[in-house]
Amino acid sequence: MEDLIFNLFIFVLAAFVGFELITKVPPTLHTPLMSGANAISGITLIGALIIAGGSESVYAQWIGFAAIVFATINVIGGFMVTDRMLEMFKKKEDKG
Amino acid sequence: MSEFLPDMHIVIQLIYLIATGFFIVGIKRLGSPATARSGNQLASFGMFLGVVVTLFNREIISFEFIVAGVVLGGLIGIFLAKKVQMTAMPELVAIFNGFGGGASALVAWGEFARLEPALIPTDGLVTTGLSILIGSITFSGSFIAFGKLKGFIGGGRIALPGQNIINLVLTAVALGLVGWFTFDPEYQVVFWSLFGLALLIGVLTVLPIGGADMPVVISLLNSYSGIAASMAGFVLDNNLLIISGALVGAAGLILTNVMCKAMNRTLLSVLFGSFGGGDDTTVSADGGDKSVQKTFADDVAIQCSYAKKVVVVPGYGLAVAQAQHVIKEVANLLEEKGVTVKYGIHPVAGRMPGHMNVLLAEADVPYDQLYDMDEINPEFKSTDVVLIIGANDVVNPAAKTTAGSPIYGMPIMNVDEAKRTIVFKRSLSYGYAGIDNDLFYADKNQMFFGDAKKSLQELASAIKDLD
Repeated sequence: MEDLIFNLFIFVLAAFVGFELITKVPPTLHTPLMSGANAISGITLIGALIIAGGSESVYAQWIGFAAIVFATINVIGGFMVTDRMLEMFKKKEDKG
Repeated sequence: MSEFLPDMHIVIQLIYLIATGFFIVGIKRLGSPATARSGNQLASFGMFLGVVVTLFNREIISFEFIVAGVVLGGLIGIFLAKKVQMTAMPELVAIFNGFGGGASALVAWGEFARLEPALIPTDGLVTTGLSILIGSITFSGSFIAFGKLKGFIGGGRIALPGQNIINLVLTAVALGLVGWFTFDPEYQVVFWSLFGLALLIGVLTVLPIGGADMPVVISLLNSYSGIAASMAGFVLDNNLLIISGALVGAAGLILTNVMCKAMNRTLLSVLFGSFGGGDDTTVSADGGDKSVQKTFADDVAIQCSYAKKVVVVPGYGLAVAQAQHVIKEVANLLEEKGVTVKYGIHPVAGRMPGHMNVLLAEADVPYDQLYDMDEINPEFKSTDVVLIIGANDVVNPAAKTTAGSPIYGMPIMNVDEAKRTIVFKRSLSYGYAGIDNDLFYADKNQMFFGDAKKSLQELASAIKDLD
């Protein structure tokens, strides 16, 4: 139970940091921000690795496998497509 | 090796801490166009670091499933990211959201499957139940949103009678099941009912939401996918997941709030629907006894060429017609003639917050010509011509003048203060809000009927002919 309370502290503090960071982002960047943040939510991949690689039961390993596939789509696809969008913004900056 | 292992645990935690730093700095850098790309790269490097160091976790003993999963997921992700059209970005973000939420639910399920239920402490069971609930709602809800954006499912409201009450009851039952699951984790029926019900709630909550509210729904689902990741972190007692998930959850909530404000809607009215015509609300209005002035390419070309300042107000109609490249061409031609061209962008133009900016950026429109609503509104008084392309509700003066109108109070572009407005549109059909637009009938307004892309091409060649 103490772990839970400690984790709740971390959760609440991180949520406040998130609020502070995001309120300053201009509307121009809301779409890349959203897809970038979405890619970060694929961090759940780390949990999936432990399920797929650290389970005794084959049943749990298969669930972990599915979780890895889902999370990797989210992470790799998310970061790449965000980069693709931001690259377009960047190009103009170089031109001045 | 074994005396080395406890230290490895510390090393992993320290590197997680560094990865957290990368995420925070990365999101911070996403806040400005100049640093955004490096911010995204920093965050992805943080993720890479976190994943690699996790592989040294002593619990991980077999790598077959990991390698196969990463390769398969990676290939699908790369394929989707490379192939997507910029106009289809909201669909893509919606399915990525869905996969993220689904992964979190699977992680909770997998953790439950690999441990003896009797060995899991009560708080672990609560977070497992919540993780499955939120993750599954995100998963099924996102795929419905994807289907609606793609047009597989009708864009308008699809609702059962008493839908809101049904949804509330189902959500209460689902929370009850989380409680039951906590006290009786061995009873499989409860576990599976929770899973199934969560998926059903995702479907039933997104299905009734109209196309116009999609930006809000996508933001909200984005927030859910973060919270689901955070919940998975609670299940695994992993701080990196808790922190990253909370950051994303907060980001999604803020954007949801921004969207709601921009549309003059409350989150509750989006979720429980008060208006919400779909994409296909095309009531052909003849305008009663009101009449409009039609105009054509030659006339618009002359008006724009002799103007000092032209402001373009783009809407989703421009994006659908893939006309963003042509408007850039028109803008270039005008700039050569010494006309100042600016773009005024309403926060909900497009299908996702800031979507229009991305579409224009794709067409090489320099972002220093893009102005947010609050920046451009004071400038309309000194603007000679406003070109409104595929936008409708966001320029409707009823939002300021007609109390009782569904969009009354919604912040709009004050185009009616300009000397001349020209609306590019196929017909006098209604926008999402399903109401007539007084701007069309104003003395200062002219209508240029037709497909946005074709009209703009005509305009471009008419401007060239002036030389």
